[in-house]
Amino acid sequence: MSKTFRGGTHPPEFKLTADKPGEKLPLPDVVYVPILQHIGAPSKPLVKKKDEVKTGQPITEAGGFVSVPSHSPITGVVKDVGNYVHPFGKNVQTITIERTGDDDWWEGIQEDTQWQNADPDTIRERVKNAGMAGMGGAAFPTHVKLSPPKDKPIDTVIINGAECEPYLTSDHRLMLEFPYDILAGAWLVAKTVGAKNIYVGIESNKPDAVQALKEVAAKEFPEIQVEMLPVKYPQGAEKQLIKALTGRETPPPPALPMDIGCVVQNVGSCKAIYEAVRFNKPLIERYVTVTGKGVNNPKNVVARIGTPFAELIEAAGGYADGAKKLLNGGPMMGAAQWTDLVPVIKGTSGILVLTDPDASIAEEQPCLVCGRCVSVCPMFLQPTHIARLSEFERFEDAEAEGALECIECGSCAFVCPSKRNLVQHIRFGKTSIMAAKRKAAQQKKGA
Amino acid sequence: MADEQKNSAPVPEGGGQQPEKKPEAVKEAAKPADKPVEKPKPPAAPAKPKKEAPPKRTFTLSSSPHIRDNESVSKVMNTVTLTLVPVLIASTYFFGFRSLVICLLGMASAMLTEGLLQKVFKAKITVGDGSAMLAGLLVSFNIPAGVPWWIPVLGSAFAIAIAKLPFGGLGWNPLNPALVGRAFLLASWPVHMTKDWLPAGWWKLSGYNFFSWNVNAADFGIDLSQSSSAASQLVSGLSKGNVPDAISYATPLEMSKMSLATISNTVSSPETSSIIFAAEAKLKYLQTLLGDAFFGNIGGCIGETSALLLILGGIVLIYKNYIDWRVPVGFIGVVGLGGWMLGIDPLFYIMSGGLILGAFYMATDMVTTPITKSGRLWFGIGCGLLTLMIRQIGGYPEGVCYSILLMNLVSPLIDKWTTPKKRFGHATAKGA
Repeated sequence: MSKTFRGGTHPPEFKLTADKPGEKLPLPDVVYVPILQHIGAPSKPLVKKKDEVKTGQPITEAGGFVSVPSHSPITGVVKDVGNYVHPFGKNVQTITIERTGDDDWWEGIQEDTQWQNADPDTIRERVKNAGMAGMGGAAFPTHVKLSPPKDKPIDTVIINGAECEPYLTSDHRLMLEFPYDILAGAWLVAKTVGAKNIYVGIESNKPDAVQALKEVAAKEFPEIQVEMLPVKYPQGAEKQLIKALTGRETPPPPALPMDIGCVVQNVGSCKAIYEAVRFNKPLIERYVTVTGKGVNNPKNVVARIGTPFAELIEAAGGYADGAKKLLNGGPMMGAAQWTDLVPVIKGTSGILVLTDPDASIAEEQPCLVCGRCVSVCPMFLQPTHIARLSEFERFEDAEAEGALECIECGSCAFVCPSKRNLVQHIRFGKTSIMAAKRKAAQQKKGA
Repeated sequence: MADEQKNSAPVPEGGGQQPEKKPEAVKEAAKPADKPVEKPKPPAAPAKPKKEAPPKRTFTLSSSPHIRDNESVSKVMNTVTLTLVPVLIASTYFFGFRSLVICLLGMASAMLTEGLLQKVFKAKITVGDGSAMLAGLLVSFNIPAGVPWWIPVLGSAFAIAIAKLPFGGLGWNPLNPALVGRAFLLASWPVHMTKDWLPAGWWKLSGYNFFSWNVNAADFGIDLSQSSSAASQLVSGLSKGNVPDAISYATPLEMSKMSLATISNTVSSPETSSIIFAAEAKLKYLQTLLGDAFFGNIGGCIGETSALLLILGGIVLIYKNYIDWRVPVGFIGVVGLGGWMLGIDPLFYIMSGGLILGAFYMATDMVTTPITKSGRLWFGIGCGLLTLMIRQIGGYPEGVCYSILLMNLVSPLIDKWTTPKKRFGHATAKGA
C-alpha cells in the first residue's frame, strides 16, 4: 500500500452499482455515430444516405494517423449524415442509422485462431481497424499508443483499473466479468511495444477485482503483476498511475508517457484490444455505468455506441425526482450535457445524473489563500494562483506558473472552501494560451 | 464570473433525422419505443439554468468538477470563532462580565461596520460569512479588560473599514484586520491600551462584583518604578495561595523587561543590592506565575489569559486543517529558543503576552500568510525573530502584534521565494 503519488484528495465514492453485473440493452432502433469520438482528427464518412450497413461494418475511415474509423453498431439503413448533438458540447457530423433487424454481422469479422502468434504490426493494424480509442474517458487513439517511435523504447505496460472517479463502476465490472480478456489484451499490448513489465493498478476499494485478476494472472499470465493501490483521487490519472507503480514522473507536456518508457491502457481498452486481435471485432459497444441519485435504478449496462443517453437512463428506471444535471463521465472530470439526446461514444464510461445539492452551482467566494488546492494538486501547481492569473487574462504569467501542466482532475475545485471554479478558470487560461500559440505559429508560417 | 454556462446551446442543425421531441419531452414520455423521428426544434438552453427551474427540462451546465466537499468560508470562520468561545468564557470568569461586554461590543461593531459600509457602497453584503464577527472578537481579545466601552467599538470599526473593506473585503486584505485594529488603538489611545490592565479576579475584591462596570485601575496597582517596599510586598506574596490578586498591575512581560533592565543596569554595590534583590524577587515571582498564565489566572489582554484553552483551540484547528501547524511551531519555537538563550525561562516567555493567541489565531490567518508550506514555516520563524527583537530591544513590552503585521507585508515575497521549482515531472525533464 505504499505505492502512491503525492497530492490528491478523497471524494466520497458512491459506487452504487459495484455489485450489478453489466446488463445488455436491447438493440436501439436508431443510433447516432459521430465522426469524432476520439482525440485527434475527425474520421471521414464512407457511407451516404440510404446505404445499407451491417453490424460491425466500417462507416467512417481514419482522417489521419491520430484518428480512428468507426463502425456501424447495428444492422440497418443510413438515414442521414448530418450535424447532431454530441457529448463534447458542440455539434458534430453524425451518421444516423435506423435499425432494420437483428444483428447481421459484417463478413470482415472472423476469429483468428492463431491470434496468439499475431506479430506486432498485425496487432496494430487490427487495433486500428477496430476503431479503438481509449475507453477510460480521454479517448486517445489506441494504435498511436502502440506505435512508439524507435528512439523511445517501451519497457513497461500499465493497465489502468484504478477507476478513481466516484460513482463509476464499469471498469470494476469488466475486471470481475472479463479478467481473462483484459489480461490477454494487456499481454498483446506488451507484445506489440516490446515491454517486459506489465502492471495492473487497482484501487483497494475493489479487492474482488484484484483477486479475480490475480487468479487469472497466476494461471495464464505469470508475467503480469496486479497491484493494489490506495484509494485516492486521481489515482487513475495516467501520470499519477505511472508515478505510483514505477516511481517515474512524466515530464511536462508535450512529453507523453512513452518518453519515460511507459504505455498506459484502460482495462476496457484491453478487453477491446483482445477482441479486436482475436475476433477482429470492432469497437461497437461498451460498458456504461448509469448512476447517480437522479436515476431510479442505477446499473451497469452494455450499450451499443451511438445509443442516445435517454435510452440508457430509461433502462436504469428513468429519471428520479429532482434530476438536474446530466454528465458524460464521472463527477470529477465528466462533461455536463444540456440534453439527453447525445449518443454514447467510445469514451463514455458512465452517465451520471445529479440532483441537488450537487447539481446546484455554488456561489463563488473570494479566495482565502487557505492553500488546500496547493496541497491536493497532484501536479504540484498552485491552482488558485493560476486561476487568478487566468481570470485577469495574464496568460503568459499563467503559463509560467504551469497552467499547461494542469490535468484538470478537479481536486483543487473539489476541496476549495470558497467554491471557486478553479478548473474552469484554468481551462480558460489553457485554451487562451493554446490559441495564442496557434496564432503565433500561423503568423510565423505566413511570414 | 460565476459559472460557465453555455448559453448558446448546441443546436442540431443540418437536415438529418432528428427527434422532434425536445429532451424534456423525451424524458417525460419515457418510452423509447415511440421515439420520435422528425425535424427538430431543439430547446434553447435557459439563460440561467441554475435559477428557477425553467419550464422545459434542460440540464444545468457547468464546468467540472461537479461535486464539492462540504467546506465553506463561513464554516471555516465560524469554526475558528467557536474554538475561541472557551477562551471567552474563561476570560469572562477572570475579568468579569465587563470583558464579555467588551467582546460583544467589538463583534457587533465589526459586523455593523461591514454591513453599513457595504450597504452604502452598494457592495454585496457579506456579514453572514462570519469573518467580520471573528475579526471583531480578535480585536477585543487584544485589548485590556479595563478599557472604556468605545475602545473595542472603534478598534473593530477601524479594522473593518480601513484594513479590510478598502482592499476588496475578505480574501484581499494584505494585513490582518484584527491586528491593524489593535495597532490603531495602541497608537491612538496608548494610555488606555497599556494602563487599563485588570488583574485576574479583580471583581472579587471588596467594592466590586462580577457585573461591576466602573473600575479604577489605580485600585489595583503597585508602581514598579517604586522601590523595594513594593518588592518586599511582592516577596511576601510569594507564599503559595497568598498571591495578592492586586499584583499584576503591569503585565508579567512588562515586569520582566523592567526587572531585567534593573539587574543589568545596576552595578553591584551595597547601596544597590536591595534594588537588585527586589528585581530578582520580581522575576522569581513571575516564574511562579507561569502556572497561572497557563490556566489564565493572570493579568493581560482579554484573550491572552488562558494559554491552555488557546492551545487546545489551536490543536482543534490544526486537526481540522484550518490552520497550518508550521506557523505556531515556527513562531513559538523561535521565541522559546530565544528566551532560553537570553536566560529567561522559555516556558514563561512563551506563556506570557499575546504570543499564544498571536501564534495560533493571528499569524495563521489564511488570507495574510503565505500559501506554500515551507513559506508558512518561514513566516512563523520571521514572526518569532521580530517578536524577540521587539520584546528585548524595542520600545514596547510586547511585539507579537507588530511582528505579525510586518510579516504579513512580506508574505507575498515569501510565497515567491518558496514556490516549488520542481513541479510534477520537472525533475525528469531536467534529467532526461
